[in-house]
Amino acid sequence: MATTKRTVEVELSTTGLDAQGRPIRRPLVSDESGNISTLEAPPGIEPDFEGEHMLINIGPQHPATHGVLRLVLELDGETVVRCIPHVGYLHCGFEKTAEYRQYTQIIPYTDREDYLNSPGNNVAFVLGAERLWGIEITERCKVLRVILSELSRIMSHLVWAGTTCIDVGAFTPFLWMFYQREAIYKLLEDWVGARLTTSATRIGGMAADIPDGWIDQLKHFTRTFPKVMREVDSVVTRNGIWVGRTTGLGVMSPDEAVNYGLSGPMVRASGVAYDVRKDFPYLDYETYDFEVPVGTRGDVYDRYLVRMEEMRQSIRIIEQAIARLPDGPVNVDDHRVILPPKSRATSDMESMIHHFKQVMEGPRPPIGETYVAVESSKGEKGYYMVSDGTPKPVRWRIRPPAFVNLSAIPKMVEGHLLSDVIAINASIDIVMGEIDR
Amino acid sequence: MTAPFTTVMAGAAAPGQPTSPKNVPLRGGEPNPSAEALRAQFAGAIARVDVVCGETSVIVDRAQLLDIVRWLHDDAGQQYDYLSDVTAVEYRDPERPLEVVWHLRSLPYRRFLRLKVLLERGSELSVPSVWPVYKGADWLERECYDMFGIRFDGHPDLRRILMWEGYKEGHPLRKDFPVRGRFSRSEQLRQALSANPEARYSMEELSIAQAFEDLPDDMRRRLAAGGTVGE
Repeated sequence: MATTKRTVEVELSTTGLDAQGRPIRRPLVSDESGNISTLEAPPGIEPDFEGEHMLINIGPQHPATHGVLRLVLELDGETVVRCIPHVGYLHCGFEKTAEYRQYTQIIPYTDREDYLNSPGNNVAFVLGAERLWGIEITERCKVLRVILSELSRIMSHLVWAGTTCIDVGAFTPFLWMFYQREAIYKLLEDWVGARLTTSATRIGGMAADIPDGWIDQLKHFTRTFPKVMREVDSVVTRNGIWVGRTTGLGVMSPDEAVNYGLSGPMVRASGVAYDVRKDFPYLDYETYDFEVPVGTRGDVYDRYLVRMEEMRQSIRIIEQAIARLPDGPVNVDDHRVILPPKSRATSDMESMIHHFKQVMEGPRPPIGETYVAVESSKGEKGYYMVSDGTPKPVRWRIRPPAFVNLSAIPKMVEGHLLSDVIAINASIDIVMGEIDR
Repeated sequence: MTAPFTTVMAGAAAPGQPTSPKNVPLRGGEPNPSAEALRAQFAGAIARVDVVCGETSVIVDRAQLLDIVRWLHDDAGQQYDYLSDVTAVEYRDPERPLEVVWHLRSLPYRRFLRLKVLLERGSELSVPSVWPVYKGADWLERECYDMFGIRFDGHPDLRRILMWEGYKEGHPLRKDFPVRGRFSRSEQLRQALSANPEARYSMEELSIAQAFEDLPDDMRRRLAAGGTVGE
């Protein structure tokens, strides 16, 4: 049978070859004219696996890789000897596209890179832009952005905890977590009208002030949410299967974690108390009273504990923010960046000019560059923007925390079992939209 | 089970509590004290120190970059133990040099420092890799190479990372790269349809299962010459 070059690939990628170089199972192959047939394995030859390493391919289309991550593993028996990750299947060129967009038009792109944490990304981007313009935002805006960032952190950690429970074999916490996430989405929907891709911030302010009665809904959430956390705690934290499948896996020592550039819950689980909110604060985080949870063994179980505690601390921060939420304007009174009200734009010449300039040309920042990092749910999320004085950035760089965290996966899975790779991979909390951008 | 780690506190060597930056001037302001220390230590290699938006950028000589980074990492008075980011900037002005940018953090001192190397147009686009000092530079440098074509000498495995290995159109974040790609839509579609959708393996991966020996002769020759399995 005349087979094409493609044949060998099908064999390798679906089944692998045995010691004699023959297909172990019978894969489908196509010949020159496109006819599909099966490869006949010669009878009577038993595969001999002694002393050979096996090549296993996970992904890119595999539910346990949380997106389109592909891992090529070298296995000795069931132990991972080497791991070669492949990323880039979701590359959309956000950074390239942003060079052709005005600053205000980039905000929607921040929703779509780390789509589980979109409000937090919106806040990070406008903080950078405001640093460039030299704008000081209002007190009310600061507090609203803190609430937004913390809701976003809870939202993202809920998805992480739910899906990781599924990966390890527990289904019920997933439903509880997603029910709570839905409650946050309802809050966001009432505020900005969108659920997943919020675009909630504007340079110099917010897309909208909170509607009437919103704080009461938020208070209801902060009251009911800790109860759900206690339920999850009672089901998962001391669960024998959960503990057995997560302790001692993917250990990173504090020195390694810092040297590999890990951030967020990953570095804190390894015992390094590095939190951008504490060490390089923004939005007056230094005035809020909250703890930074730190792990002691740097394994998957510690990462779970750190994330659970972070959600409780986020609730604390939100409660403090509600208590101090001041009245007053949300947006700055600066018509270089904030659109004047429509009624004035149609009646007042100056406002109309501002409106026209902003919509047609876009706001122009001064020449400069800034790197602003925030603590997103994944870690240190940085936006580096370089301006040459035109309305479009010369360079908009996303510092993706999950990308750097994922780069340590070969180090973490080495020597563990194949089934533990799934748990370790889940513990990184990857979002491929952010990794591939 | 191993003994638990002792907690490492960030900001252990920094006095006082940090506060959120307020009213940051665009130019000027207090430079990072490390810039002065760098001038004292590597006088000839520091071209310029800028303070923009309250962040200190030090423009350094390409040849001494690795020494400078190693010194910043190891010196007890600096302790830049955390590499935030490696990236590059190409300006729209075709005369301006490319900039390779490193964002470093000193967790014990709570400092942030930006290092830059300027690569003149027409010169070779290569800088030393900081991978020997920071393991986290691995993928960041690969991405920078993929997007800008800047080679990082000393990197253990400098391959494309976001684009696929057989990508023929160049380096997407360069300014001479059109936003929709170099090839027409019909050509891109043709390439996409003719590409082999099956997973591809590198030479390194094929050596795992000793599958390389089992390949047909022509494919082995092509692979040995640096080709890929697909296409």
